[in-house]
Amino acid sequence: MTLERQERRLGWGLVAPALVWTGAFFALPFLAMVALSFAHMEGRTVVRGFDAGNYVRAFTDWTMVKALVNSLEITLIVTAVSVLLAYPLAAIIAFRVPARWQRLALLMAVLPFWTSYVVRSYAWLLVLGQKGVVNTTLLALGLIAEPLQMASTRFATVTGFVHFFVMLLTLTIYANLIQLSPNYLRAAADLGAGRWQVFRHVVLPLTLPGVVTGAFLTFVLCIGDYITPQILGGNTELTLPQLIMLQMGRSGNFPLASALSVVLMGIVTLAYLASARWVRLDRV
Amino acid sequence: MRALSWLYMAVAYLFIFLPVAVLVAFSFQAGRLPVPPFQGFSLRWYEKVLGDRDLMAALGHSFLVAVVSSALALCLGFLAAHALARVRLPGSVLMRGLLIAPMTVSYLIIALGLLTVFGSLGIRLSLWTVGAGHVVINLPLCFAICYAAMGDQQRSAERAARDLGAAEWQVLAYVSAPMLAAPLAAAFFLSVTFSWDEFIIAFLLTRFDVTLPVEIWSMLRSGLSPATNAVGSLVFLVSVTLVVALEMLVFRRAK
Repeated sequence: MTLERQERRLGWGLVAPALVWTGAFFALPFLAMVALSFAHMEGRTVVRGFDAGNYVRAFTDWTMVKALVNSLEITLIVTAVSVLLAYPLAAIIAFRVPARWQRLALLMAVLPFWTSYVVRSYAWLLVLGQKGVVNTTLLALGLIAEPLQMASTRFATVTGFVHFFVMLLTLTIYANLIQLSPNYLRAAADLGAGRWQVFRHVVLPLTLPGVVTGAFLTFVLCIGDYITPQILGGNTELTLPQLIMLQMGRSGNFPLASALSVVLMGIVTLAYLASARWVRLDRV
Repeated sequence: MRALSWLYMAVAYLFIFLPVAVLVAFSFQAGRLPVPPFQGFSLRWYEKVLGDRDLMAALGHSFLVAVVSSALALCLGFLAAHALARVRLPGSVLMRGLLIAPMTVSYLIIALGLLTVFGSLGIRLSLWTVGAGHVVINLPLCFAICYAAMGDQQRSAERAARDLGAAEWQVLAYVSAPMLAAPLAAAFFLSVTFSWDEFIIAFLLTRFDVTLPVEIWSMLRSGLSPATNAVGSLVFLVSVTLVVALEMLVFRRAK
């Protein structure tokens, strides 16, 4: 008995530092932020209290509602497009590429993942800009007469995001696809299923948890991102993180920024609940 | 069908590599703008970048923050994983949940929370505050990787060591850690790359000593320049070297 107690004390001792760190630098700040979201501003000073005004503003002020809608739209488009583009790529790597080349193919498919995050968005600016590579090429080929306006549009933001998440999703979906036993596919084929039927009734259902987990991750990272819409979208339309940064920076309105962050958190939680049936964070 | 697959793969790779290729190509631009036409090959932007004192300072800061915060995150994560995987503690599900929780929260929100607390406690923003934030984002990762890697095989070895009279720190240092060398290295390298590349926490939680992504961000404000391409290409080179090293050292050996 004493041995068990001793062991337990040791266990507490080992887990304590991590818990204290997470508590002090994550849980506590998070709660402080939630508390701050109920404060309000008088001039440039924060007045603490219990005031839901910031939340009312978040859902009634046109700028805020628009930012919320923009964020949701962009995130949903990005998530859908990324999954649709990444699945075939992962499938080709898993089923068409010879086994000995698969690791290399995968490593190559995600190599630009390791470019600096800020630089990646900047690089898309060089591709999509007024004088960028795409416009120059199209002009030289005589396909267009005037340069296309692509930078500082939603198209650019979505492209930058899709680029990043296609790589991420190719990885996660591939990991799920190669876990499929080839016997399942053979059995389905023996039973007379066509290619499409095998995919629809065997491969897709078995890989769905992985796909949904990846899609959830995409959703979370995309909706909380500031850099990509800021660099590529310009200021034509604001997303929620851009609005939060504006509130902190220019107006110094931390209570409102906090409330908007709590709203952002809420959306992520809703997304989690919606996909919780399939999401397995331990399987990422 | 087969031809279509290869075509799709080719187009996908083109899409994936297009921005990086453009980035690297125009870092050698002789002209003043990193867009077509290409006016000739030049290394002047690399020269400029490598001679830029602010940029090199930022590089040093990034490296320091990445290594120190990752090492701390790995230690905390490893110890916690060891405890939760080996010892039956009440509320262990809850503790696992808390340790993983920061993974599901946007970095922006983590940064805002920390900014609020540091502000009200009067803690000055510095590389230390950035590092604290980076430990928060990397601890879940390190914990999860270590926790997943702890199997029964290690358990027996640890028990044997304990029976032979090893103290707990000796068990951890001479038995558990070496047996988990591959996942520990993977967790460390991943943390380093995440911290190295992290922008929003570093941007909000420091004032004067900035990290590399923040310095690059401020370079962007003055418009397009091949100098930014040069920095970006260098960072890419470093990251790819790290990834390839990881691939060779850790995963090869794991096989």
